[in-house]
Amino acid sequence: MCGIVGLFLKDKTLEPHLGEMLTDMLVTMTDRGPDSAGIAIYGNEHNTQKKLTVQSDNGAEDFATLATDLGAVIGADVSLNRKDTHAVLNIPGNSIDAARTALRELRPELRVMSAGDTIEIYKEVGLPSDVAARFDVSEMSGTHGIGHTRMATESAVTTMGAHPFSTGPDQCLVHNGSLSNHNSLRRKLRREGIHIETENDTEVGAAYLTWKMQQGSTLGEALDSSLEDLDGFFTFVVGTKDGFGVVRDPIACKPAVMAETDQYVAFGSEYRALVNLPGIDQAHVWEPEPATVYFWNH
Amino acid sequence: MQTFDLEQNDLRTLNATLHAQKTDTNQTAWNIINPRGSHAIAVGLDAPIEVTVNGSTGYYCAGMNQQAKVNVKGSVGPGVAENMMSGTVIIDGDASQYAGATGHGGLLVIKGNASSRCGISMKGIDIVVHGNIGHMSAFMAQSGTLVVCGDAGDALGDSLYEAQLFVRGSVKSLGADCIKKEMRPEHLAHLKALLAQAESDAKPEEFTRYGSARQLYNFDVDNAGAY
Repeated sequence: MCGIVGLFLKDKTLEPHLGEMLTDMLVTMTDRGPDSAGIAIYGNEHNTQKKLTVQSDNGAEDFATLATDLGAVIGADVSLNRKDTHAVLNIPGNSIDAARTALRELRPELRVMSAGDTIEIYKEVGLPSDVAARFDVSEMSGTHGIGHTRMATESAVTTMGAHPFSTGPDQCLVHNGSLSNHNSLRRKLRREGIHIETENDTEVGAAYLTWKMQQGSTLGEALDSSLEDLDGFFTFVVGTKDGFGVVRDPIACKPAVMAETDQYVAFGSEYRALVNLPGIDQAHVWEPEPATVYFWNH
Repeated sequence: MQTFDLEQNDLRTLNATLHAQKTDTNQTAWNIINPRGSHAIAVGLDAPIEVTVNGSTGYYCAGMNQQAKVNVKGSVGPGVAENMMSGTVIIDGDASQYAGATGHGGLLVIKGNASSRCGISMKGIDIVVHGNIGHMSAFMAQSGTLVVCGDAGDALGDSLYEAQLFVRGSVKSLGADCIKKEMRPEHLAHLKALLAQAESDAKPEEFTRYGSARQLYNFDVDNAGAY
């Protein structure tokens, strides 16, 4: 199964409530997948700084002096905001590549969840309500966000097997379904030099999009070609800095419902996830077509 | 009129209450409020009662229905009226995947659109969709009638048995062994009656009939190379 929720706000007055609304939607989808949960939030942009969200199972030790240690190596001011097993590092934009290289030396055990101007990804093993509480997701504001609750089929229940997966700066992917050609595609992508960490099928889907975009495709084009190259079942929801997109495989057996009003565009694996949204009774509600790429931008 | 609030009471209580209604019940009209997309609302009914659901539902609404008339004042999730035996189910909005799947009898009316696999493996149910239907509809449909006032998606009627399909608009593609067929007076009469029951003002003459070419019924030695 797996449950997906997504919320793209048009009405700026709702932005302070993004985390709260998204958490409520995701918790409603708990019975579609109790194994792990994750959320990508697109928050406020800082003019000169980028965000690097990292995860450690030993945060107390790994995060304690990380900002100072990293700042010393890259020669820049770095600040750190810790939330449970995750921490968001705020790094001057021109030092982001140097910071990622330095992190691999300084804290080789640290996992990078996301990188970009506005994205933060939080994900862990456990129920959506517990995961959201650990990271205070309901307190977060932002322009748009995506949540996922996983019923694992293709790989182990681990933090790194949880969704969302980062596909590039300010980009992420969540997936309901299972890919059947992920092993051969993983081998191919690794030969192309793409880093893939786990045995998870969705990570291969994310890596595929990353690879296509490195080849010069736009995200929309990469999603279009995924319909040709990915074999299996999928409803994907992708996040970008400015918006979010939805694509379903041609068979489209993985459920999807969308709702749009003047205030927002929302996605849910089921209508239940949308019922508490403001004005849902008057919203345009529809099921996205198979093999069709949908996109909304700010 | 009995009102049942799904915010105040749980789904099991609702369905148990509806199941407790016998054929001669005096409580023939039920109004369900706050469905909030819940699954399995009004499933397994077997009494001549009328149930109105005020809002949209999740999976399997009105599944296995017998005798009852269920009207959803909203849209429904996957599997509405799945395996219906008799009675009437009317959806004012849209229906998700496999609406009316495997239904043996009764009438399912969808006033909006139905998505993929509408009427898959239908076995005698009549389905009237006022809007469009998605791909793989009426796959392996055995008997009954599927009427589509709008357009049909890819692979309509793939591996069809003896169900009759009527489409007013375009058909994106026909599935294996499904072909266009002649519309005879008895088909027009049958269609007219179904459209009237479904409160559609579409004209029977505007429809095209599709059915099975009956080429997949038996093993054909000329196809041996394909196996």
